[in-house]
Amino acid sequence: MSGTFIGMPAFPKAAHEAVRDTTLRANLRHATHTIRDKRAVAVAELADWAELREAGKQIKTETLHSLDTYLVQLEEAVTAAGGTVHWAADAAEANQIVTDLVKATGESEVVKVKSMATQEIGLNEHLEAEGIRAYETDLAELIVQLGEDRPSHILVPAIHRNRGEIRDIFTSEMGKWGREAPDDLTDSPVELAEAARLHLREKFLRAKVGISGANFMVAETGTLVVVESEGNGRMCLTLPETLISVVGIEKVVPTWRDLEVFLQTLPRSSTAERMNPYTSTWTGTTDGDGPSAFHLVLLDNGRTDALADEVGRQALRCIRCSACLNVCPVYERAGGHAYGSVYPGPIGAILTPQLRGTTSEVDASLPYASSLCGACYDVCPVAIDIPEVLVHLREKVAGQGGKGHRLEKVAMKAAGWVLDHPGVLAAGERAASKTRALHPRKLPGPGARQWTESRDLPELPAEPFRDWWKKNRT
Amino acid sequence: MKQNSRARVLGRIRQALLDAPPSPEPARDYLTAHTADDEAVILDLLHENLADYRANVHRTTETDLPALVAKLLDRHGAQTIAVPPGLPIAWLSETTARQHHDADSLLTPHELDTTHAVVTSCALAIAETGTIVLDGGPGQGRRALTLVPDLHICVVRAKDQVVGSVPQALPRLDPTRPQTWISGPSATSDIELDRVEGVHGPRRLDVVIVTR
Amino acid sequence: MRVALFATCVNDALHPSTAVATVRLLERLGVAVDFPAAQTCCGQPQFNTGYRRETEPLVHRMARAFEGYDHVVTPSGSCVAMIRDNYPRIGSKARAEGRGDTLAQASDSLVPRTYELTEFLVDVLGVTDVGAYFPHKVTYHPSCHGLRMLGLGERPRRLLEAVKGLELVELPGAEECCGFGGTFAVKNPDVSTAMGADKIHHSLSTGAEVLCGADNSCLMHLGGMLRRQDAPQRALHLAEILASTEEEPFA
Repeated sequence: MSGTFIGMPAFPKAAHEAVRDTTLRANLRHATHTIRDKRAVAVAELADWAELREAGKQIKTETLHSLDTYLVQLEEAVTAAGGTVHWAADAAEANQIVTDLVKATGESEVVKVKSMATQEIGLNEHLEAEGIRAYETDLAELIVQLGEDRPSHILVPAIHRNRGEIRDIFTSEMGKWGREAPDDLTDSPVELAEAARLHLREKFLRAKVGISGANFMVAETGTLVVVESEGNGRMCLTLPETLISVVGIEKVVPTWRDLEVFLQTLPRSSTAERMNPYTSTWTGTTDGDGPSAFHLVLLDNGRTDALADEVGRQALRCIRCSACLNVCPVYERAGGHAYGSVYPGPIGAILTPQLRGTTSEVDASLPYASSLCGACYDVCPVAIDIPEVLVHLREKVAGQGGKGHRLEKVAMKAAGWVLDHPGVLAAGERAASKTRALHPRKLPGPGARQWTESRDLPELPAEPFRDWWKKNRT
Repeated sequence: MKQNSRARVLGRIRQALLDAPPSPEPARDYLTAHTADDEAVILDLLHENLADYRANVHRTTETDLPALVAKLLDRHGAQTIAVPPGLPIAWLSETTARQHHDADSLLTPHELDTTHAVVTSCALAIAETGTIVLDGGPGQGRRALTLVPDLHICVVRAKDQVVGSVPQALPRLDPTRPQTWISGPSATSDIELDRVEGVHGPRRLDVVIVTR
Repeated sequence: MRVALFATCVNDALHPSTAVATVRLLERLGVAVDFPAAQTCCGQPQFNTGYRRETEPLVHRMARAFEGYDHVVTPSGSCVAMIRDNYPRIGSKARAEGRGDTLAQASDSLVPRTYELTEFLVDVLGVTDVGAYFPHKVTYHPSCHGLRMLGLGERPRRLLEAVKGLELVELPGAEECCGFGGTFAVKNPDVSTAMGADKIHHSLSTGAEVLCGADNSCLMHLGGMLRRQDAPQRALHLAEILASTEEEPFA
């Protein structure tokens, strides 16, 4: 292999720590292997999985290619059904819209359904600065919030925590936010879930404002869909008087019928269930049932940049199932925090650099955080070719010539020249073979050091193949 | 700012799509159902899948329904029940539990929290996924009603409320009505990605299938 | 039948025994083998690291080197995956950039004639018993490119199962990546090594003497780790097992 002359950016640094954290490694291994095996069983139940996957891919692709039309249609339908639609070009705008809406209600606290979009824009921190307290109500989000931690998984943000750690967080932190954890709380998942139920119930019952994201928005009807398991979503969507949903523009699907594909593929890919316990759908407002005011904030925040990239735009098909995280050998060992974004794992490695650009060290390192093994593409229910996009983004990063990439480009060009001159290549191979007795087990220098830290170099042969051929077959 | 951002976002989208090829109508080569079109098979599958996700499933006849409802409420020690508008009076004719009628949405969240159970009908049930769907129609009530009490007893009419699959369910549902799709009691996979039943929604779900 | 051998740059320089074994195996099966000397590298390391334009001369070189052969056979799944998946992309991107059709034509010409060794044996020659003899306990690692991109499926297994004297044992977690991943191995050495260590752990747990694969790049990584640990197991390419016979046992 030539040209392994590489800078060492942020993901590798973070991963360097993570792979040595034995608790983290054990937690991630246990959780991801549990769910990946179950997913395989759930998917195998459907004889037409390949066709569902293809349909999901095509529906999303067609939607993205006419995104403006569908968003305008959605806006009309939501408005006609009594909702109000807001447009946010970036995170700052979205945060301001939500803050103003909450303030207009006169409330100083909100309950939240787990939402990737609001995490992406840092809504909780913004609300906090404006004097509004946001309570996360999803169990894993609660664990993250109480532990002053960061999410590390799309579906299960506290996947890096085991039951013992969760018990400790509940015992020490719940009292600071509301109802305390029971004195005799053990690490049994049933007891932990019960503690969360009791802690959050008082917040649900008094909540006047709920904030959510959405899994899907149906353009033709103006219907929003939230898929969940615990019932915290139903609480937030149903009990408050005002509901604010912050949703990425790529979450739209054209028709009600399109849900027949995604409501089959999402639960099986995500939690390995035939169907998740609760799915809520609502269209604007309904007299006497649920919130009397509904606001939809449509969020761009870099999505149109991704849309403009003909290879990269397929990342916008993502339905946030997290199957790619659960099968990824890199994610399993590096953990979600190493990705430096609310979107970790393979999908994060292609989404984050497109939403945020590749100017920061960590974002420029993400396209390389993969061995390109393709397991993510295999399980993706909308067939996002993640390896293809990773390589495409590597080209962009290499092209911008940042840290480490200038030398790399020189090395690649030199290697390219040698490989385009077989005579020179053969001479080099011969020279290496002749001096093989002199090669040490560990080598210094970029590339070689990273290789020989943990692996022996291959034993160089007595002669390259082309010399054997010349002697024996010509 | 609002109109401005709208124009900006839509403008960016149009700019981004200048090179995008036209997309054909999506192919829908997947199956309409994974189950034979046979009422008995579909009912058995519904039963099996509901039970697999820890719902308690019962079968009875219209005549025996009131006694079964009374027995289930009793079994769970439910002394108060929320009653949605339009629920057939006969269904509750044998229970002694106190009835809170939710006419005109009078019950507050706190009142619902102290109510032990709710009895409803449903709009539809989906066999392949073990799902019951509520859409606020007669006997189902508003969404909060089936959410806050800890026991939900849902009555499914076998003759016309059960479909095989998700693709068969959607055309029969009205998207303009708020819907709740329920597949077993509340659950979470948030602790070590292992499934645990019972978080915020009703921890007990009893589904009663009424057959002829 | 006459075929062209694409030895690959890794095998040419570092693992010539695999290329020699491929020649001997094919010749034993009655196939005449040529080695067009103009060949070098498929360009995978460059392309996968983000240097598409630097890969383009190699696409042309590959197409020219193997012109006129109906079958180009190579003992490397990842190089075939590079040609099959990425040459068409290189061609269409060049076209989209207004740089003409020549890369697309080079790709179109080469792709349908390129075969991974086990594909060629099973699909083209129609053999699974190649008359090999290898009296050892072997476990097989199906590399990602072979497993997921080429869909080699049961072909390597069927070939190994027919080898006389060979005891094939199941590798736990076989479908998981070994952590090589080209420049990934040096850009993310900690994760790469952690993945490799788990693969080695599984492989040693089988008690096999030989960890067999069909991609020497993965085996270079795994073999390097095995040797660093002085483990009682060696990494060996499938072609070398299939080339081994009772008359000419594996050296």
